[in-house]
Amino acid sequence: MSEGTLYDKVWDRHKVRTLPNGQDQLFVGLHLIHEVTSPQAFGMLRERDLEVARPDLTHATVDHIVPTDDQSRPYADDAAEEMMAELEENVRDAGIEFEHPGTDDQGIVHVIGPEQGITQPGKTIVCGDSHTSTHGAFGALAFGIGTSQIRDVLATQTVAMEKQKVRRIEVTGELGEDVAAKDVILTIIRRLGTDGGVGYVYEYADEAVESLGMEGRMSICNMSIEGGARAGYVNPDETTYEWLRETDEFRDDPERFERMKEYWESIRSDEDAEYDDVVTIDGSAIEPVVTWGTTPGQGIGVTEPVPDPEELPEDKRDTARRAQEHMRVEPGETMEGYDVDVAFLGSCTNARLPDLRAAARIVEGREVHDDVRGLVVPGSQRVKAAAEAEGIDEVFREAGFEWRGAGCSMCLGMNEDQLVGDEACASSSNRNFVGRQGSKDGRTVLMSPKMVAAAAVTGEVTDVRDLPESEVVNA
Amino acid sequence: MSSDGDGEGAAPSVESVTGTGIPVRGNDIDTDQIIPARFMKVVTFEGLGEFAFFDQRYDEDDEPKDHSFNDERFHGANVLIVNANFGCGSSREHAPQALKRWGIDAVVGESFAEIFAGNCLALGIPTVTASPEAIGALQAHVEENPATRIEVDVERETVRYGDTAVDTRVDTAQREALVEGNWDTTTLLGANPDEVKETAASLPYVDG
Ligand code: SF4
Repeated sequence: MSEGTLYDKVWDRHKVRTLPNGQDQLFVGLHLIHEVTSPQAFGMLRERDLEVARPDLTHATVDHIVPTDDQSRPYADDAAEEMMAELEENVRDAGIEFEHPGTDDQGIVHVIGPEQGITQPGKTIVCGDSHTSTHGAFGALAFGIGTSQIRDVLATQTVAMEKQKVRRIEVTGELGEDVAAKDVILTIIRRLGTDGGVGYVYEYADEAVESLGMEGRMSICNMSIEGGARAGYVNPDETTYEWLRETDEFRDDPERFERMKEYWESIRSDEDAEYDDVVTIDGSAIEPVVTWGTTPGQGIGVTEPVPDPEELPEDKRDTARRAQEHMRVEPGETMEGYDVDVAFLGSCTNARLPDLRAAARIVEGREVHDDVRGLVVPGSQRVKAAAEAEGIDEVFREAGFEWRGAGCSMCLGMNEDQLVGDEACASSSNRNFVGRQGSKDGRTVLMSPKMVAAAAVTGEVTDVRDLPESEVVNA
Repeated sequence: MSSDGDGEGAAPSVESVTGTGIPVRGNDIDTDQIIPARFMKVVTFEGLGEFAFFDQRYDEDDEPKDHSFNDERFHGANVLIVNANFGCGSSREHAPQALKRWGIDAVVGESFAEIFAGNCLALGIPTVTASPEAIGALQAHVEENPATRIEVDVERETVRYGDTAVDTRVDTAQREALVEGNWDTTTLLGANPDEVKETAASLPYVDG
């Protein structure tokens, strides 16, 4: 078993007791809720006549179903309106802080927590959403839970969990030009498999990870779940503290910041910490990655050929064959030149300010291809406002992109933003499952924001390294 | 104070599940396939059963396709038999809720995604694993003989059907919780509020 890791330390500090079934009861430092997975939990609470134990440690937003075009109420979609109204009532009754579109602070739950500074190192954070792992970028212990567990947390501010093993993933060296955090995590998942992380928490470390800003670290931790790990984290360091110092939580209270920083330093993994497993990946060898299939593990470097299912391990063949049939790709070809109909720049993986900036630099001076529908959906209202202050929205609009309000949007197609028929989408989101983007025949190719921008302007999957930025700016 | 450890948990004990089987073949069947996101625009779980595997069961024109959930021979089945990494993807409890409301009481497979298994446990649905060979044999048997009685014995970690007894694995905590009737965690976790307060008070970032 691991010892002396951040995971061990944070776990121990939050453990209330061992339950009779061998699981641990863990105190939850921050409970984030959204409209899709919480209403049933509130319903269960009402059935049992229970109250929300710690509304002060609970924070709500609305993201999955919000329209990203016309946000006037009532929403055009009755089901969405009903869910929104239910959430409003639940949070009002319980006295829970709620970031809705009217507050200018609304956004995807995994974007707003870090933005406001309530996501902090050494906290336990849960949310009824698998991408809660995102918050691990700050050295928090953050995991997705199901609705019955949401009920548990609402009622007791604790959750029953089993301790897991810790795998340290060291990504060494310097990342190449135009290689993004997204390419790193897609490479990790390809290497370890979509179920390789089952039973593990991932600790991401070494130069290629630690040199990233918080946003890049969030992209990596975000997709831990796509690798089967329920949580992933990066040890907090100066980059983390710099971010937190400027947030709402600490801006006006430097003393509290210093006090908390002592705690944050204390929960970092020890130099001589023991891990259950260590994996090393050469970061300098990673190139921009695109997926060819229907799981996030089915990724390849953009210059690599799509694999032949017959040459894959036996347990992967069947899935690969079906994926290639769905995607209409042939083994032996690269993904370069794969026609796309939609370019989606959004989601909790890749819709923060640096993501939008990076994509805008590719788009500037170019036009969205005639056959492509381009959509930019900022991760939060704050990201949107910051981008607008820099004029990034204009760059996208002039190129022919739609510039939308904040939300999950086409990441999962629960609002109006969906693929139609068998459209192919170059997407900066995290899941390429069949049907994920709203059409069961839709085809999703996952890639970094810059690669999405490149595909948007060329109309096909393109190696972004072939589209130099400087040339564009002078064009 | 708490009723733990005595076999008198807050929830009914699930020592075994008996019934007929229904196979769903394929690895990496994710929760988007089990219940597509568009059916999650609901504020209760009622009525989700009919949408289980919807996109696998119906084509563009809503015509039924070849799928075990459409096959009359398997109607009334309550033991779902799946392959590897079943339930991967989103943490939506809507997935096990849809299966439960369709009539599933136990799932037997090669392996399960963790959150999915946890969500099943919260509903009292065992997720037991067996070797790929044993699962393949069971699926084939059920396809040939849909009326076969299957007993998923959680306590003894076996699945019995016909003359066959298959060794299975049930996660220790899950087995305890099911057999002792301790799978309703809200009651369990609500039993020691003072201890919870103490832990909270010891954390530097929690006020009060
Ligand atoms: S953006 Fe996508 S992955 Fe992230 S919370 Fe929303 S639906 Fe989930």
